[in-house]
Amino acid sequence: MRLRDIPITAWIGIAGIVLAFIFAIFAPWLAPHGESEIVAGVWEPMGNTYLLGTDNLGRDLLSRVIYGARTTLFVALAATIISFSLGILLSFTAAVSRGIIDTVFSRFNDLMMSIPTLIFALVVLAVLPQNLLILILVMAVLDSTRVYRLGRAVALDVAVMEFVEAAKLRGEGRLWIIFREILPNTLSPLLAEFGLRFAFSILFLSTLSFLGLGIQPPAADWGGMVKDNKDGIIFGIPAALVPGGAIAALAICVNLVVDWLLKRTSSLKGGRGDA
Amino acid sequence: MPELLSIRNLKIEATSYPPGEPPKRVTIVDGVSLDLEKGKVLGLIGESGAGKSTIGLSALAYGRGGAEITGGEVLLDGQNILAMGKGGIRKVRGARVCYVAQSAAAAFNPAHKLGDQVIEASVRHGLMTREKARERALYLFRVLGLPNPEGFGDRFPHQVSGGQLQRAMTAMALCSNPELIVFDEPTTALDVTTQIDVLAAIKHAIEETHTAALYITHDLAVVAQISDDIMVLRHGKTVEYGTARQIIEEPRQDYTRALVNVRQTGKEEAQDQSGTLLKVENITAGYPNGFKVLHDVSLHLPKGQTLAVVGESGSGKSTLARVITGLLPPLSGTVTFDGKPMSAALSGRSRDDLRRIQLIYQMADTAMNPRQTVRDIIGRPLTFYYGLRGAAKTARVKELLEQIEMASGFVDRYPAELSGGQKQRVAIARALAAKPELILCDEPTSALDPLVAEGILKLLMRLQEESQLSYVFITHDIAIVRAIADSVAVMHRGKLVRFGQKRTVLSPPFDDYTDLLLKSVPEMEIGWLERVLATRRMESAGN
Amino acid sequence: MTMTSEPSGLPARKFRERYPLLALILQRLGLSAVLLLAVSVLIFAGVEALPGDFATTYLGQSATPQAVENIRSQLGLDRPVTTRYFEWLGNALQGDFGTSWASRNSVSEQIGNRLGNSLFLAFFAALVSVPLAIALGMVSVHFRNRVPDKVINVISLAAISLPEFFIGYLLILFFAVNLGIATFPATVFEGMSFVDRLKAIALPAATLVLVVLAHMMRMTRAAILSVMSSAYMETAELKGLGAFRAIVKHAAPNAIAPIVNVVALNLAYLVVGVVVVEVVFVYPGMGQYMVDAVTVRDMPVVQACGLIFAAFYILLNMLADIIAIVANPRLRHPR
Repeated sequence: MRLRDIPITAWIGIAGIVLAFIFAIFAPWLAPHGESEIVAGVWEPMGNTYLLGTDNLGRDLLSRVIYGARTTLFVALAATIISFSLGILLSFTAAVSRGIIDTVFSRFNDLMMSIPTLIFALVVLAVLPQNLLILILVMAVLDSTRVYRLGRAVALDVAVMEFVEAAKLRGEGRLWIIFREILPNTLSPLLAEFGLRFAFSILFLSTLSFLGLGIQPPAADWGGMVKDNKDGIIFGIPAALVPGGAIAALAICVNLVVDWLLKRTSSLKGGRGDA
Repeated sequence: MPELLSIRNLKIEATSYPPGEPPKRVTIVDGVSLDLEKGKVLGLIGESGAGKSTIGLSALAYGRGGAEITGGEVLLDGQNILAMGKGGIRKVRGARVCYVAQSAAAAFNPAHKLGDQVIEASVRHGLMTREKARERALYLFRVLGLPNPEGFGDRFPHQVSGGQLQRAMTAMALCSNPELIVFDEPTTALDVTTQIDVLAAIKHAIEETHTAALYITHDLAVVAQISDDIMVLRHGKTVEYGTARQIIEEPRQDYTRALVNVRQTGKEEAQDQSGTLLKVENITAGYPNGFKVLHDVSLHLPKGQTLAVVGESGSGKSTLARVITGLLPPLSGTVTFDGKPMSAALSGRSRDDLRRIQLIYQMADTAMNPRQTVRDIIGRPLTFYYGLRGAAKTARVKELLEQIEMASGFVDRYPAELSGGQKQRVAIARALAAKPELILCDEPTSALDPLVAEGILKLLMRLQEESQLSYVFITHDIAIVRAIADSVAVMHRGKLVRFGQKRTVLSPPFDDYTDLLLKSVPEMEIGWLERVLATRRMESAGN
Repeated sequence: MTMTSEPSGLPARKFRERYPLLALILQRLGLSAVLLLAVSVLIFAGVEALPGDFATTYLGQSATPQAVENIRSQLGLDRPVTTRYFEWLGNALQGDFGTSWASRNSVSEQIGNRLGNSLFLAFFAALVSVPLAIALGMVSVHFRNRVPDKVINVISLAAISLPEFFIGYLLILFFAVNLGIATFPATVFEGMSFVDRLKAIALPAATLVLVVLAHMMRMTRAAILSVMSSAYMETAELKGLGAFRAIVKHAAPNAIAPIVNVVALNLAYLVVGVVVVEVVFVYPGMGQYMVDAVTVRDMPVVQACGLIFAAFYILLNMLADIIAIVANPRLRHPR
């Protein structure tokens, strides 16, 4: 595959993701002001001094967006990595073992998926104490059900192939079959799914924070910033739209890359398949 | 007499998208010309990729999957249908020229009754009233020998068998009284005993309705039964074009000769019945839902010999192989290998048990991990069973490549970079790498073109001579059985109907099924079909 | 391939062979019932797993042991878990979800009104989005791989990436604040006229439409494409049928099932989508009620809302499955 075969839309996506990660990594050097430093009056307009204006407490919005990239990306990425590892491990085990293990895992997964993700999260977060670790784990566990479903389908497609049977006939162990025979043949749909889950995690985290159940103040996170500034909307102050736009832009970028990956694997799947 | 169909200098191109490379134009058909008179049948024959289906569809001015007709003329009754425009060509399709697809199961719409689909084109083109069309459909169902012709049209595609669907598709093509029908491998997906009935029905219907036909197939023996003329194609070009008799009896080109004479390999059967290597006793096997696939099968195989297991799809022959390997533990019965009882389940067999029995699959494509190179594929059993690594492993892989007549330059290739025949050779090398005593071959040549298949068979026989290998060779092809077997097992609906030395099994007196099977295999001989049908009529008259 | 229906010994198997459609639908209904029951257990057990005790959480840290004990017996927390579960489930089935801890009012009364409001909102969003999505999907297929299709693809890709609240506030800023042609917040109350109600939900419904439209359109496109590329569509073309006849007679009967399936799945999504939209627009529906309850840990309300949302979701998914089953000619016309 050559670089010039990558469509322009995918390049835009890649550029956007890289930019977000640069913000996140180099936040203290890039941000003109501190994360919770009150620098001016409430909801100052956009201008030369404060490029994006100030927020509901008079903090510099640009600095908070840059710092917010840290929290948002870190939590979303952590949740995605955990959900992915969990989902893939369980689904591949189910696909290779079949029989009772497969049945038990899959039925339980069906049960978990029969409750909409957001509703499930609301119920669970109402019960559990609010801290970062629990938030990440809840997001990861709920999302891993989606990974499991795809992982099992993809792995089963490969697991019924004759080269896997040939490996079993040779006497290979389960780990060899999962990691050497099946995994290399499922990488590209799984990569696309990883992107999809990452985009979903960003949106999901933002939604939870917006509802006041995600990242707790004073840490800056894009969804929480929308919540902080939402009351300005009625006065025509667009401060809430700045972090909202950042979430949208990042999610679009990830989806652009995913769309390209999906087309490469010539999958006919339509939506992001979750609710 | 004016020609009905006349194709002049046809050129068809398509754009291919090889992975990781820029798209490129490929020529599928290059400079092909042919003529077909009213009421005659022209056979188009060639291996896969010869462009025969593409030529057939050009008679309907149709390019499948992005194929474009870029040069030449297709004259129907003197009129170039390529220059007709969309509206004009629509009047030709389904009315004057009809098409019979290889897979009728996919070509029929699952949502409508067969009868409605059969008459649709005739009615829509205004050729006849709905009532007239129904009458004609009924007549054609009778001519084609469909069971219960009156009720057949009310059935849905999924409610009838594959052979019946293929005949229904022929009825659909014949219904509008077309001048020309394109048959695209209409019997390839069918079992051999079903094939002969469909073939006879098609031949009878063509004669009855005086329709001309283009008959496309890869099987020269089939086309010899039905065609007046034959065109041999290879790589999109004409190799030889003549009357059926001339092509079969006096082929002029080397390639045609090879096709006619394919399967001249033969061997004397071994007489020695001592030293039994594999013994299968009273095997009954099935699936957890209670559906039994094998009933009380017993057979045995002496060391260094070949046992051919022959049968049609659903006969249980592949299931037998799965039982022997341990992939499917039987419900009852035992497998004994070299005097040692084998564990029924795979998990109960030792690594050495597994090493001694190897399996070669029909589809080499799916039998090899596409993400591994030839070195990995052949090298893994060397590491797994013999602990070979690094340079020693590579050296042994190259040795094995030499044994299967492939250059050592292939070690770093991926399966996608090999041809069908090369893939199957690599699969054989992978089996050899384990130094097995028994190789189970599950239709290893049936997905290959005849000349390539011949090469694989010769290789297998040479390997047997060199290293005293034993084979269980599963096939549906009697010709292969004749060529390579020492002993033969005939299977039908999960039962062993006949088993013994090749000469005994393949000589009369026969049981009913073996008789039917042997008589159904088309022979490379003009007039074979008529002869068989005549014998059948006499027999049924005699009864 | 011919399978003559041989008489089989087991009556259950015979029934399934004779009425495969009915058998599958019954099986699907049963499965949904089991799922719903399992979900109720899960929700109940989840709340039971609350670290510490309800009563402590409820009264705060300063509570005296005596006060905690009183509350426990008052809420019935001193009885065994299973007793309480069956009591809760039994009451819930009769429409009684207990008393809210925060307001001490009946949960069912509160939910009754709000559920109506939420369904009203979701219904109008569906009314607009379903025909629009199917039409756009067809346009997209018609212009497959050409400019309009690519434009629709990129826009819909962007649309599925937008968080609901972002779309919502964007619409508010533009239509309610800058142009002043829509109302915010979307307040509805008892005795409000139908037209006023419609006006109030215009923006939230528009937000929901935008959220669900892109999804539904992309899935519709995929469903139609897979039908159009099947072999029987080639047969139709080779019969000389016109494009219109081929689509109406041959594609449509096979495409309807997957499309209706897509719609049902997206309606399920819509029911959940109301949660965020209601919070944005301060709309008095179930979603906002549930979020408020979660913030103050008002467990009976959380349980009730969770169960009702899950029930709608399961029912719509079941509907999608049953439609797919009914539309399958193999099952409708057994051998």
